[in-house]
Amino acid sequence: MSDVCIVGIGIHPLGRTDGLSGVDQGVFAVRQALADAGVDWPQVQFAYGSSDAAGNPDTMVDRLGLTGVQFINVRNGCAAGGSALFSAQMAIKSGEFELGLAVGFDKHPRGAFNALPSEYNLPDWYGEAGYMVTTQFFAAKIMRYMHMFGISHQTLARVAEKAFRNGAHAPHAWRRQPVPIEEILAAPLVSDPYTKYMFCSPAEGGVALVLASEKKARELGKPLVRLKAATMRTRPPHSFEVFAPSVDVVADDSAPRGTATRIASADAFRLAGIGPGDIDVAQLQDTEAGAEIMHMAENGFCADGDQEGWLAEGWTEIGGTLPVNTDGGCLACGEPIGASGLRQVYENVVQLRGDGGGRQVPGHRRGGPKTAYSHVYGAPGVSAVTILER
Amino acid sequence: MRAIAEGLFTDETPPRLLGGRERTTGRVVFPCPAGDACDPVPLAREGRLWSYTVQRYRPKTPPYAGPEAFAPWIVAYVELPGEVIVEARLVDVAFDAVEIGMPLRLVQVPLDPDAAEPLAIPAFAPIKGAGA
Repeated sequence: MSDVCIVGIGIHPLGRTDGLSGVDQGVFAVRQALADAGVDWPQVQFAYGSSDAAGNPDTMVDRLGLTGVQFINVRNGCAAGGSALFSAQMAIKSGEFELGLAVGFDKHPRGAFNALPSEYNLPDWYGEAGYMVTTQFFAAKIMRYMHMFGISHQTLARVAEKAFRNGAHAPHAWRRQPVPIEEILAAPLVSDPYTKYMFCSPAEGGVALVLASEKKARELGKPLVRLKAATMRTRPPHSFEVFAPSVDVVADDSAPRGTATRIASADAFRLAGIGPGDIDVAQLQDTEAGAEIMHMAENGFCADGDQEGWLAEGWTEIGGTLPVNTDGGCLACGEPIGASGLRQVYENVVQLRGDGGGRQVPGHRRGGPKTAYSHVYGAPGVSAVTILER
Repeated sequence: MRAIAEGLFTDETPPRLLGGRERTTGRVVFPCPAGDACDPVPLAREGRLWSYTVQRYRPKTPPYAGPEAFAPWIVAYVELPGEVIVEARLVDVAFDAVEIGMPLRLVQVPLDPDAAEPLAIPAFAPIKGAGA
């Protein structure tokens, strides 16, 4: 079967943009992506749009043109953008369409994500007692992982330090000021073992990708960036997720538990017909520093515990064996939920085209990267993975 | 001290936590969900620390109903052997003395000790004299 290709990319810088709504930022990204692809809005046959908290994506047809285009909205927690992209590529793979759009945007206020127990089928006392706090889950998850696999605070800090250093070279990133590792470690604790630099913040931004069939992409004369795999999966039994008043006991708790990420990743590699060792650059969900660490293993790039050595050796740096989060990831870009997964794919296309500037990865034998991997994870246990190839 | 919610603890002294055993699978969960999918089951009083963190800032109100004046507290996941891992406070231990695997026993602590009628929430405390 022929591949689905990404022929246009657009982004509204992440961070905080007063006076511009979430939809505005989405429209900005779409226009940039259309221009990049060299197509006009009326040529777009369908769109999937994701936003968690900034309104209905399909309302942007007001601004882009009332062409009657099919426009479907997607909500899927932090995996919303990944789910929009998955749906968009299926629409082309099915043969129904040959040119379409995946767009994601959001606009979260400072300190956003006010979760109430009733929205999660939990009793009120759980919130009254102080447990409707997402950071507690992330912290407790890495605390156990550090205990099991010997990951140090220093390694967590190395992840954050790399994020801000990479973000400095990404025009779309929010936090572009490098922070010394000592400052990261000495900063106030938010939820042990994480200091304030080790968590990403709710943010704003928009990302759009134009997708085309291989035939259409050739007509457009664009360099072919092929979407070799896009998977979205939900959690297996016994996983540890956010807002969990209880967790299952398992017979052998010395090995890591199954996760939606492990399933989505294994399936993506199977579809693409390659393995983790073939990947030249990866964007892994890093809503907190430990997430990048755990996701390196969950996505099959290293064994549990090996991250300690990987970070110390700089293997996930821009010039390393497997550069991870080359635009600074969520830590430097913040997290506009609807846009976040698409931001990773945007960054991968930039890298595959060789347009990364100060953050460009050298790739296989320094001939430029040929393969790029992206991964998002969201509550309550959803994950989306893509593999791109040039 | 009155419990923060009905059906969290057994009526005995000292109390135990009430979990729920799923009728179809036997899986134990906490708290016991409403409805008839689960039978209430008293949980073991003792277990070991599975993981934890320290809540360093005051959670937002609503939904948090703790005291205005905030002092950090420990959120623990405690493994009750063969049953379930439950989330609760961890008390009577310094933050830097907490160790995963340490033996713990169920206690009740007030959500707001200064309230006119304090409400009891589930907590665990180290078992004195027990080695990790």
